[in-house]
Amino acid sequence: MSLPTDDLVSPFTLEYTYKRSTGPVIGRFLAGLRDGQLLGVRTLTGDVLVPPTEYEPTTGDAVTDEFVEVGPEGTVSTWTWISNPGPKDPVSVPFAWAMVHLDGASTPMLHVVLSPEASLKTGARVRAKFAETRVGHIRDLAGFEVVT
Amino acid sequence: MRSISIAGIAQLPSKLAEHHMDAAELVQAVTALALADAGIERKQIGFVCSGSSDYIMGQPFSFVMALDGVGAWPPIRESHVEMDGAWALYEAWVRLQHGDIDTALVYSFGKSSVGNVDDALGMQLDPYYVAPLGVSPMALAALQARALLDARFANERDFAQAVMRARLAGARNPNIPTPTATTVDALLAAPWVASPLRAHDAAVRTDGAAAIVLRAGGPGPKITGFAHRIEPHALGVRDLTTSPSARRAADDAGASRIDVAEIHTPYASQETILRNALGLNDRMLVNPSGGTLVAETPMVAGLLRVVEATRAIRDGAHRALAHATSGPCLQHNLVCVLEST
Amino acid sequence: MSAPVTQMKAPTRLEYLVHAGATTTTFLHSILKGQLVGRRCPVCHKVYIPPRGACPTCAVLCTDEVPVSNSGTVTTFSIVRIPFEGQRLTPPYACAHIVLDGADVPLLHIVGGCSVDEVRVGMRVEAVWLEIPQPTLATVTWFKPNGEPDRAVNDRGEVVP
Repeated sequence: MSLPTDDLVSPFTLEYTYKRSTGPVIGRFLAGLRDGQLLGVRTLTGDVLVPPTEYEPTTGDAVTDEFVEVGPEGTVSTWTWISNPGPKDPVSVPFAWAMVHLDGASTPMLHVVLSPEASLKTGARVRAKFAETRVGHIRDLAGFEVVT
Repeated sequence: MRSISIAGIAQLPSKLAEHHMDAAELVQAVTALALADAGIERKQIGFVCSGSSDYIMGQPFSFVMALDGVGAWPPIRESHVEMDGAWALYEAWVRLQHGDIDTALVYSFGKSSVGNVDDALGMQLDPYYVAPLGVSPMALAALQARALLDARFANERDFAQAVMRARLAGARNPNIPTPTATTVDALLAAPWVASPLRAHDAAVRTDGAAAIVLRAGGPGPKITGFAHRIEPHALGVRDLTTSPSARRAADDAGASRIDVAEIHTPYASQETILRNALGLNDRMLVNPSGGTLVAETPMVAGLLRVVEATRAIRDGAHRALAHATSGPCLQHNLVCVLEST
Repeated sequence: MSAPVTQMKAPTRLEYLVHAGATTTTFLHSILKGQLVGRRCPVCHKVYIPPRGACPTCAVLCTDEVPVSNSGTVTTFSIVRIPFEGQRLTPPYACAHIVLDGADVPLLHIVGGCSVDEVRVGMRVEAVWLEIPQPTLATVTWFKPNGEPDRAVNDRGEVVP
């Protein structure tokens, strides 16, 4: 068998318009973002998970119903600079992804840092920047900016 | 535990693009080779298990279409995992422990040339907090790599040396695209794509297929240990500089006195983590095939490590370790230990 | 406290460039020439159309190309009476399994050119082709009655020879 020289090719898009139920814990966090607030949830052992989940990820235990406001400042625990953002990236100009340990939180969270590359380092202090239009979504947080 | 041997192995050459054969044809070809290698007829096979991903293939229920290649008539005992074929091998090994059947055929296939593998792998991320951000697997691996540098467990030269070793060994592997010759300094001169990672720190993605025939007892390398462990998906609760799941899997599988290891490293920076977690050292031969940095077929790469470990035993090694990984930043790790008989 | 959040939009979109591969490309090229070409299994000799790269019962590659007839027999059918998104035809219309003369497995297609009430098992039909063919099975608009006497179809959906 030989491949015909004019091998047929067709674009194909697999697209689903899912809506997800947030549940009470994630929903509370997303509502907080919409209202310009960063929330964590307290675990049975006293830790504050940010972003909050309905269970403690390492033990599987349910979390408490105590929500704790954290941030809006925090510390970069690791980061990467994206010099050529692609179409799926949340920003079209060079930016950083970072794990940010918000003040008052026990765990770091992933988001973008919208500051120049030279200002980024592990341990850098950053501050949350909220999007202008907010609907109850992780991208209601536009990202973080390095505090100088 | 019932003693299970690797009775037959096969792979199709890993290519940058395989546009000629569809999934069923890939499966037909690779399973026919594995069965011939084992000297077993299709009709003698007691259980068939495959690993593949619809998101990678761009076709819902692609594994059902691919069943044309194994001849599912009269009806066969069959199962599928939407994962790397290494996990299908694990399921088949567990299935053979039941004792009612003696042989199993395991295969996997994948095409990275059809779509965007990074976008497809993004589908496995937390759908509330991580996937909607649009972060790529390479950016997540870069966060892990930076943590590794900050902890002084590795430096960027280590990453480049992992790529160099892979390319040098890969140059002798007839089943992969010929790696480009380079030097460590040339690699380090390349720009960062997701700092501290460079484009060449990511595996070269390929199309391909692999298959293994398992048999209870009989000749062939014996599986002396087989285990996998997973970590939480929330990156913030994991220590990214180590791989407790790989370490536990290696302990569970009794990974000691290893001569050769074939490890699955989607990114060069992860080799340091895995060498530490799996207890590998310079006395062992690591990735004689070149490993996944020079050819990584999605959903096949892990199963192919077991194929390569089997080849190493056939070439004279006494004990070989095969490793597969899945999920962002080495979330899920599998270890299979083989011993010559 | 302000309104709770209970749902979030989570659309997914993956883009692909699908290559038809050798088997399907050959089939679609034959359609451009107004011909339906299947493939025969070298072991069980069944002729598959659309062609399959591997015989699903024998697990060997189907390498022989076999032209099949434009005419065939309806072996089962269903009348679609409800509208749905992306529908190409206006209901009611008949979806049918048609075993083309020279083939061993049915082709799923549309029976048109007659009232849906006339569609029946055993009915003889022939392909109606678009004037300007495209490399797709939709180049056959549908199958219309060809006026030949009905054929017998057994309980297993096979046309009795």
